[in-house]
Amino acid sequence: MEENKFEEVFESKLAKNEMVEPKDWMPENYRKHLIRQISQHAHSEIVGMLPEGNWITRAPSLRAKVVLLAKVQDEGGHGLYLYTAAETLGVSRDELLNNLHTGKAKYSSIFNYPTLTWADIGAVGWLVDGAAIMNQVMLQRTSYGPYARAMVRICKEESFHQRQGFEIMTHLAFGTADQKAMAQDALNRWWYPTMMMFGPPDSESPNSENALKWRIKRETNDQLRQKFVNQTVPQVEYLGLTVPDKNLKWNESKKGYDYSEPDWVEFKNVISGNGPCNKQRLLARNKAHKEGAWVREAAQAFARKRKEVYEAA
Amino acid sequence: MTTQEALFQYTLRIADTNLILGQRLSEWTGHGPFLEEDLALTNIALDITGAAKSLYEYASTIENKGRSADDLAYLRNDRQFLNNQITELPNGDYAMTIMRQAIVDCFDFYFYSELTKSKDETLAGIAQKSIKEVTYHLRHSSSWVERFGDGTEESHTRIQNALNELWQYTGELFEMTEVDALLIKVGIAVDLSKVKDKWQKHMDDLLQKSTLEKPENVFMQTGSRKGIHTEHLAFILAEMQALPRMYPDAKW
Repeated sequence: MEENKFEEVFESKLAKNEMVEPKDWMPENYRKHLIRQISQHAHSEIVGMLPEGNWITRAPSLRAKVVLLAKVQDEGGHGLYLYTAAETLGVSRDELLNNLHTGKAKYSSIFNYPTLTWADIGAVGWLVDGAAIMNQVMLQRTSYGPYARAMVRICKEESFHQRQGFEIMTHLAFGTADQKAMAQDALNRWWYPTMMMFGPPDSESPNSENALKWRIKRETNDQLRQKFVNQTVPQVEYLGLTVPDKNLKWNESKKGYDYSEPDWVEFKNVISGNGPCNKQRLLARNKAHKEGAWVREAAQAFARKRKEVYEAA
Repeated sequence: MTTQEALFQYTLRIADTNLILGQRLSEWTGHGPFLEEDLALTNIALDITGAAKSLYEYASTIENKGRSADDLAYLRNDRQFLNNQITELPNGDYAMTIMRQAIVDCFDFYFYSELTKSKDETLAGIAQKSIKEVTYHLRHSSSWVERFGDGTEESHTRIQNALNELWQYTGELFEMTEVDALLIKVGIAVDLSKVKDKWQKHMDDLLQKSTLEKPENVFMQTGSRKGIHTEHLAFILAEMQALPRMYPDAKW
């Protein structure tokens, strides 16, 4: 078959809503786009363990501690299946990690913000995981099979995480005055960074066009952001907290809220490495990797020795 | 001392040991040598913190003075904690963490095996659940001791150093007090001298397989049965208990 014949098969799969599988022919740009997106997603899970892990040893109750441990463990597990999904596209985990450690690969910018109080752990679960779910629910129907299947599993766990975050916020918002203030402060700090998670406005989103065409992405950044605001505002009201946006208003004609755009200059700054924690996050990942080198070498040396013994026998 | 008081102390000892080790292990979360190990340690931390939670809940009902499980974990001070000292030592390098796990997992494996036969149904039940988890923990830590022992020169040196450093804290695991004596009489507590024999044999096998040398004539540290700890424990508690102590009226 000639290249354009392959391309026809690929296009017809997309048209029929069928999955593209690892052994199928795919355009090089599609493969590259997926490797970039899936590995970014995997890196985000791994880097995301840092701001949340930050509070495990200080979780204020036994239940909160156990639930947070389980949650952070899930995030690491998500990273693991996403790296595996990326590997089906012909790239190794070592390569991907190397890109992360050298700053070549990106991860979700949200994790460059610090978790300063216990309420931040609630806000991360409730808002950040809530926003992530919006993206991920869509990705369960993405065109690349291994990615879509990883997403099905991830989505189930993420909705548990969102409930866990909301539960923390509920305890705080209905707790003492200090606790309520802590909850409001976390909402103030996390609202706009969470809104940024959906990416730049559609008019300025360089990667969206192909992603939509290839059915990797199925809704635009602005559509998802609007959905998130519509879903979250009633939850904020239930908690008796205030969204830090004076322009927030129900718009009957679009059946959705009007809202202020986040500060896109800040967004660009954080993406380009100047967020409050970019350097610490990369440093922590690099340190763990470097200090783990002798552990990985020992495991390899041991396996090699055992293989030799086995083969000699 | 009444049986109830002894049972309270005994349950707290097991709970504190699990909680403090879980606290140490969870410091590794996000910082492990590679992703699979990061997950393994976090999972072990989760298992033993979960066990601690069940044990504190039971201790709270035994004491019956209105102190909740969280009160017992978060509002007692360092002189009241009864965890074995080995659990509070800093994580050190990965060899130190793994060797400490092997020592404690092996102890837990034989300890819980015995505790499943306890006449106290709650403790027996918790032991029953824990033994399944500990079987996996022990497999994990032992396999890494072996890999390090017979891996590279560096890993061998590191794991041997860890063993030499930690051995002084192993004597304490088997110390028995009047609490144990009283509860052994009524068929509740485990006779730790029996656990010690099995533990010794298992460790000897593991060390031999791993080409490691068991430290000889080591002076054994002691104190935790009386609430005497290393300098590290107070820091662990300061961090762990900060929020509930900062906001005494808050519920979380």
